[in-house]
Amino acid sequence: MSDADEPVIPLGARAIAEAVAAGRITALEVAEAHLDGLATRDETVHAFLTVTAEQALADAEAVDAKVSAGADPGPLAGVPVALKDNLCTRGVATTCASKILEGWKPPYDATVVERLRAAGAVTLGKANMDEFAMGSSCENSAFGPTRNPRDPSRVPGGSSGGSAAAVAAGFAPLALGSDTGGSIRQPAALCGVVGVKPTYGAVSRYGLVAFASSLDQIGPFAADVADAALLLETIGGHDGRDSTSIPEEAPEISAHLDDGVDGLRVGVVTDLLGDGIAGDVAARVRAAAEALSAAGAKVGEVAIPELAYGLSAYYLIAPAEASSNLARFDGVRYGLRVDAPTTAEMMVATRTAGFGPEVKRRIMLGTYALSAGYYDAYYGKALQVRTLICRAFERAYADFDVLLTPTSPTTAFELGATTDPLAMYLNDVCTIPSNLAGHPAMSVPFGVGGDGLPVGVQVLAPALGEVPMFRAAAAIEEGDR
Amino acid sequence: MTERISRDDVAHVARLANLALDDDELTTMTRQLAAVLDHAADVETLELDGVEPTTHPLPLRNVWRDDVVGPTLDRDEVLAAAPAVVNDRFEVPAILGGEP
Amino acid sequence: MSDEGVLPDGYVMVVGLEVHAELATATKMFSGAPNAYGAAPNTNIDPVTLGLPGSLPVLNKRAVELAIRLGLALNCTVQPSVFARKNYFYPDMPKDFQISQYDRPIDVDGWLELPSGKRIGIERAHLEEDTGKSTHVGGSGRISGADHSLVDYNRAGVPLLEIVSRPDIASSEEARAYASELRAILVATGVSDGRMEEGSMRVDANVSVHRPGEPFGTRCEIKNLNSLRSLGRAVDHEARRQVDALAAGETIRQETRLWDEQTGRTATMRVKEDADDYRYFPEPDLVPLEPDEAWIEQIRASLPLLPAQRRERLAEAAGVTPEQSHAVGVVVERGADDLALALIDAGAPGDRVLVYVEQHLGEVDPTAVDVAAVAALVAMEVAGELTATQAKKVLAVLLDEGGTPADIARTLGFEAMSDDALSTTLDEIVAQHPEEWERFRTGDDKTRGKLTGFFVGQVMRATNGSADGAAVTRMLRDRA
Repeated sequence: MSDADEPVIPLGARAIAEAVAAGRITALEVAEAHLDGLATRDETVHAFLTVTAEQALADAEAVDAKVSAGADPGPLAGVPVALKDNLCTRGVATTCASKILEGWKPPYDATVVERLRAAGAVTLGKANMDEFAMGSSCENSAFGPTRNPRDPSRVPGGSSGGSAAAVAAGFAPLALGSDTGGSIRQPAALCGVVGVKPTYGAVSRYGLVAFASSLDQIGPFAADVADAALLLETIGGHDGRDSTSIPEEAPEISAHLDDGVDGLRVGVVTDLLGDGIAGDVAARVRAAAEALSAAGAKVGEVAIPELAYGLSAYYLIAPAEASSNLARFDGVRYGLRVDAPTTAEMMVATRTAGFGPEVKRRIMLGTYALSAGYYDAYYGKALQVRTLICRAFERAYADFDVLLTPTSPTTAFELGATTDPLAMYLNDVCTIPSNLAGHPAMSVPFGVGGDGLPVGVQVLAPALGEVPMFRAAAAIEEGDR
Repeated sequence: MTERISRDDVAHVARLANLALDDDELTTMTRQLAAVLDHAADVETLELDGVEPTTHPLPLRNVWRDDVVGPTLDRDEVLAAAPAVVNDRFEVPAILGGEP
Repeated sequence: MSDEGVLPDGYVMVVGLEVHAELATATKMFSGAPNAYGAAPNTNIDPVTLGLPGSLPVLNKRAVELAIRLGLALNCTVQPSVFARKNYFYPDMPKDFQISQYDRPIDVDGWLELPSGKRIGIERAHLEEDTGKSTHVGGSGRISGADHSLVDYNRAGVPLLEIVSRPDIASSEEARAYASELRAILVATGVSDGRMEEGSMRVDANVSVHRPGEPFGTRCEIKNLNSLRSLGRAVDHEARRQVDALAAGETIRQETRLWDEQTGRTATMRVKEDADDYRYFPEPDLVPLEPDEAWIEQIRASLPLLPAQRRERLAEAAGVTPEQSHAVGVVVERGADDLALALIDAGAPGDRVLVYVEQHLGEVDPTAVDVAAVAALVAMEVAGELTATQAKKVLAVLLDEGGTPADIARTLGFEAMSDDALSTTLDEIVAQHPEEWERFRTGDDKTRGKLTGFFVGQVMRATNGSADGAAVTRMLRDRA
């Protein structure tokens, strides 16, 4: 771990890309420095499941060759990136931190991976996560937990804990994660970095191993808001391989970061500052609201009581979709097989040995919610609650451009502290509503809590509201300096 | 604990999900699922009559592609990742009973 | 069963058919992998076909168009539809769920008219994806005795249209007629190649029996029907089996049964259980389908004449009713109806044209036929200038080498006998066979029919086949 006065994050993505493109530093030097850093320090953090050093060095050399040849090396020239291990990478193990996919090397790249490469980014490897993105602490990885770089006795959050930790530890200036119910924003908050869940459909899901298809989105982690914007612009935009991809170009965000928040209507969601939210966390949210107000925003309060029901809807909808998405792990085509005399027995043995307890729990919950006789009572009702939440947001956004809440009810908790599944689920109460509605939301670090650990403030916006959301986030970040 | 879901229900669901649970796991799973379902019962207080379900957050319609042949995968690369292969096909143990 | 749909003890059968037709697209339902029969194993595959983690389906627009096309041809309503996931574990199915339209199919409430004129209701036709194919190895080579199985996913994801009839079919003959007519429509509209032997059209039959006025019986689904012949035999066998079971005091279980062509029997494949819980829910990776009216109308306008319309058109031109003339059906099925219409247009009598086209022009490329020459040949035969046998020989030369029928007839030395010469020959034959003649003169229709054949044969032998058989028949009748 680094000392307090030594910067954890030495150099951001924009600075690296600019220096590499200008020839002041080579991509190879950048890659080597980052690989060295994680080689010595990731033993403690365990942010990575796979480090692709050779490929990273080769990719970096290719970027340098472009620069030498006078060609455009791309907006992320030589910038190291960590990829959550549920993003398919051709020829590189993609495990979803599950024994059932241990060693599986996909024969294709995810769209976001292709886009990163085209932009000149250098991928360092695959980041740890809760198995199949199911969890809020990164403790559900079949290959051991990731630790919070700010305090190794604490969890980094989850499920994209490895990605958040990689950025927080300075292993990579950028990382990609996926967010189904808060899996980017919550670990970003707990690790003190910026994490963004874009509007549903803004980033292609092609090549993201699905957890819950109607909720999953890929999004960026970065040390600051501007780097996060740059990464989102790189990976966003229409993709014909994803039927749920919004048929538009990625929005221009970076150009608006300096627009300020003068006149921006900011609503502080009062329902998410009371019960179940730690006092020091709530205090930081109120402080962020004051910072926005000081920067010229029109800050008000708004009650959205329906949001409280998001958790119930989410923990039926997401497992239902997951139970179907994870059926394909059956020992026939790829991944683990546990031998048995018949195919039916082989499938059961494989799935029973290959999935961890939390994944099994959610498969069971989802299978039950969809099963004959219970569909209407559980899944059907959850879809109606989803409608209520969408309507409630619609009402709130009639009066406000963005909303403000905590990202996580608490700061990072101790490893092993939360063993009850339901108690763990409650960590997602602030983040889930945006997934249900398909709206963008992001977590921005805003100081520390009583324990000295980072607190994240969440900015929410309506669908395709990335620009006002980022403007507010930039102002909050400015207020934290 | 509540009667919201029975041990038999859980055993039935495990069969549907192709998972094997031993006795202890069945007990624990029943308790944990019941707790989540209990919590989810908070929505019973909401007025949901006539509320349309939302299955999808986007209002997209008619997303399709032209009927044009695209790239295929390299068979050897795909089969290399398979647990068992015979004669360029995926091998599985005996299949009992027909396709549902 | 010889008597249509009639079963012992006053039972009647109730049959509904589910037909799976593979759509004639270039690519799969949800990806660009080729939709092609007969490729080397596991070559028509991409991430979507294999259901690889992270892969996503994108709908083939052409498959939608073909589904609408068939829906319109079957007089269905084309409606907004939604894809769902049907969840069950099976190694042929790469994702362990099938994407299929469930409660909102694209085509609903249509009908198909059999050549007999009876209408069979179409409940629905919906889009779904095909599964891969398993080969069972070891044991008897059959699924139940196999040591292991080998899976080829080339067929996985091929677009299918499942066409579900209403239980309006009352006999094995109607079942065959329905399947045959549906295949003709699939082919005529270009929706599918309809090849049962390649599995691009697969038929499952739901069969139950009951006594009229009583509620429907429990139905069994019969699979593995690889030809129209199998379909007919299996339906008859199954209905009979059910009646026998009921007579023996047994109850019919709802189950899936497999037809065995060798033994001519059906046997239980699997009993429908509570475990058949497919947990359908809307496919979250696809968005709803709402084809606009303009597109539907455009597709409607592009429909070709359907087999029923073509039969009607030909029968009208030929002056027969389609129900009466088997030849009309055959000619349309062979796609030779345009040729037949052209011949009729050129002045040849319709009834003879149907016989010509059915019997002599079935294997011929209709576009390569000299319509005027063939029409002239038919006219010569009708006028008695050539016998049927001679006309057939002339036609063969005409099709091979071209020319006019008159020239060819002359070259072949065919001079039709004059009525006088024929009459003289007949006198001689009658004189040689007085006994037969007496029986002919005094006999009933049946006897006369038999002896007509006898006398025509004698005349033919005496004239080396140059006599007109129809003329001999007429003369015999006139004399008697």
